[in-house]
Amino acid sequence: MARNLPPDRDTAPTVQKLRLKYAKRGRLRFSSHRDFQRALERALRRADIPMAYSAGFSPHPKVSYANSAATGVASEAEYVEIGVAVACDPDAVRDALDAALPPGLDVVEVVEARTPDFANRLEASVWRIELPGVPPEQAAAAVAGLMAADESTVQRLMKNGLRTFDARASVLSAECAALDDADPDCAILTLVVRHGTPSVRPDDVLSALRSVADLVPPKPPRVTRLAQGPLDEAGTSVTDPLEPDRAG
Amino acid sequence: MFDRLEALLPLVTKPIQYVGGEVNAVVKEWDDVTVRWALMYPDAYEVGAPNQGVQILYEVINERADALAERTYAVWPDLELLMREHSVPQFTVDAHRAVGDFDLLGLSFSTELGYTNMLTALDLAGIPLLAVDRDASHPIVVAGGHAAFNPEPISDFVDAAVLGDGEEAVLLITDLVGDWKRAGSPGGREGLLLELAKTGSIYVPRFYDVDYLPDGRIQRIAPNRPDVPWRVRKHTLMNLDDWAYPKNPLVPLAETVHERMSVEIFRGCTRGCRFCQAGMITRPVRERSITSIAEIVENGLQKTGYEEVGLLSLSSADHSEIADIARNLADRYEDSKTSLSLPSTRVDAFNVDLANELSRNGRRSGLTFAPEGGSERMRRVINKQVTEEDLIRTVTTAYAGGWRQVKLYFMCGLPTETDDDVLQIAQLARDVIKAGREATGSRDIRCTVSIGGFVPKPHTPFQWAAQLDHETTDARLYKLRDAIRADKQYGKAIGLRYHDGRPGIVEGLLSRGDRRVGAVILQAWRDGQRFDGWSEHFSFDRWMSAAETALTGETVDVDWFTTRERQRTEVLPWEHLDSGLDAEWLWDDWQDALSDIAVDDCRWTPCFDCGVCDQLDTEIQIGPTGVVQLPMPAVRPSPVLATASDT
Repeated sequence: MARNLPPDRDTAPTVQKLRLKYAKRGRLRFSSHRDFQRALERALRRADIPMAYSAGFSPHPKVSYANSAATGVASEAEYVEIGVAVACDPDAVRDALDAALPPGLDVVEVVEARTPDFANRLEASVWRIELPGVPPEQAAAAVAGLMAADESTVQRLMKNGLRTFDARASVLSAECAALDDADPDCAILTLVVRHGTPSVRPDDVLSALRSVADLVPPKPPRVTRLAQGPLDEAGTSVTDPLEPDRAG
Repeated sequence: MFDRLEALLPLVTKPIQYVGGEVNAVVKEWDDVTVRWALMYPDAYEVGAPNQGVQILYEVINERADALAERTYAVWPDLELLMREHSVPQFTVDAHRAVGDFDLLGLSFSTELGYTNMLTALDLAGIPLLAVDRDASHPIVVAGGHAAFNPEPISDFVDAAVLGDGEEAVLLITDLVGDWKRAGSPGGREGLLLELAKTGSIYVPRFYDVDYLPDGRIQRIAPNRPDVPWRVRKHTLMNLDDWAYPKNPLVPLAETVHERMSVEIFRGCTRGCRFCQAGMITRPVRERSITSIAEIVENGLQKTGYEEVGLLSLSSADHSEIADIARNLADRYEDSKTSLSLPSTRVDAFNVDLANELSRNGRRSGLTFAPEGGSERMRRVINKQVTEEDLIRTVTTAYAGGWRQVKLYFMCGLPTETDDDVLQIAQLARDVIKAGREATGSRDIRCTVSIGGFVPKPHTPFQWAAQLDHETTDARLYKLRDAIRADKQYGKAIGLRYHDGRPGIVEGLLSRGDRRVGAVILQAWRDGQRFDGWSEHFSFDRWMSAAETALTGETVDVDWFTTRERQRTEVLPWEHLDSGLDAEWLWDDWQDALSDIAVDDCRWTPCFDCGVCDQLDTEIQIGPTGVVQLPMPAVRPSPVLATASDT
């Protein structure tokens, strides 16, 4: 039975941590977080990245995920941190990994982690919501109604059951525009939403718009996370969360 | 078409399964080729995408300059409803083209449980359900896979069926369709089907008439055209090393049932288990060489990034060089976090040694063995040559080697079986736990008994057997459950997994049915039947009421097709479909079964004249080859990405 003891140390210790910014685009926005995890781990192997591995019977590559966008939501700014067993050139990792991932899961930037507490830096997100079939004036009126309210209680089914929470306070700013002249009946919302617990998601804001102003989009909205990071001083936009690492 | 589908995807579960974009998927230009195949595995994406057969045919066709292949799968009812509402047709996941636009729709039926899903796909594609209603604008619908060895129940819906290995068959069909199109489609759809039928290896049901006797049995199956042969023979691929597929395995984004790099280490099996259709219809044994296996594995891992390799076949421990294969692969991937598995179920200590070798560094959780029959007598009837002594010795070796759990597979409802035969499974499981506790000195071991209902299949010695009715199957399983529960000393260490006997009756109806069963399938589908392999979608009552409606006025019913024993003189529905097995040999083997007489494996003993090698001009291809696998360097992460300062 002695052979049943697992190795008690990391089989390949971490010598360097890398922070990756990636995008989830087009049809691959329908991938779930778990789908992305599997795709990334396989791409790391195809790209021959010298990963660090955890201890135990089934060693896992050292990967930490931060705050991923929901299934069906596109994103230009997702972040993940990996630990490697051999120090690597971040740009080479970016190129190799981007080539190994399917088109639509695109590695935008890789930097060496030089600072702690990365996850805490992701204070808020900038969201873009396209509302096909909704005239911009109607959307603007609904947004004005929401921003004028003190709170807007919404419900969402989560892993631990139906949760009721306020979706208004986390919305720091909301703007409304038309998509373009060609499609006058498609409003574009740009939201800055603070992260919290429970985290208010774009669909929660849409629920709030429905309850405050009866805004019911006739077609499924298209949602994209444009950025996430520390709030700026005005508290109405976010800055680049990788900046401190880049600065060293 | 993706635009229209995309608008529906936010409204359905697991939308990723419909978007394609898998690593190694191929999208060719529509106008660059002559022959266009849509390949369907008629089950959900998570089951269909890993299917090796479809992946191989997809590559074989796409390698041709004049042809393309795209894949399509069964859509779940939530999307089906939306597609009907928004007029979105059945689509391929590769380039999201309408299935109705292809020249051919090839369906791979591993089991009969995909028949209703085929009807959904045809209907969504706008292809008439009945083959006779189709015209030149519709794809030719071709069935393949093991269930196609008796395609009679779906003969109303398919234009053609292929028996046996698909690699050369799809190339042959591609040639014939290409020639026909380039010649200006002479004779129209019928002309093409005639060209296919004349080959003698592609079955076109409409060119055969079936006559019935007043009592419902078949009188005669005969071609109704002068050029069409009386019998259609199966395809057999020789020299597996010449077909080193998959070369570019697909890596789905969605979670699927098998997340691994699979390599088929041999095809066919001559163990001669009498219940096993796969073992009967895939003869003879053809091995892939150790060097080819190693190359496929290494190439596949590089191209997929999978962490697991599965060495597949019907009985992988039987490869003549399996010990070398296991040792070489275990050496090569020792440090690379790649696990190796041998999903084999042979009951012997050598199999445990192999499993030990393949799991050198990993956890030893569970090993699976398949004695199949509970009593020694039962195992002689089914020709599964395992004694109780073999089994106890094997599990003792396994438990002593650190394996904590042993799974044992059995069947219930085998020919001549009594309650006692099944109750002996409880005794066997007790003996297994007892031996395990003695071998390890620990009580922390388990044995799981998994039981499936036996369904007699075409082209096996049991094709004449009566299937056990589901009431008796269930009663036997309950007696077994009670016997295990009543065991104070060992019962808690024994897990029992079984399903009720009712789905087996529907499978039996579809397996050994004839053309009259087509009306039952159509009625069940119209009544809403889908996804028969999924317990939450399967409805026995719906099937039975559909059968009652569809077989009104016929002299036959569900019992006639399932629980009735056939006589030697009866014309079976697949009489004209040649698996190479000699009918006399099958009948003699059935009689031997009834007399508890076992038969050996022809790989190591003289030929038993099953007929396959003679009739199909094939031969056993096994090693040892004498080729020594050169030592391969162990795989370690390469330092190519390392920064200069660290190297």
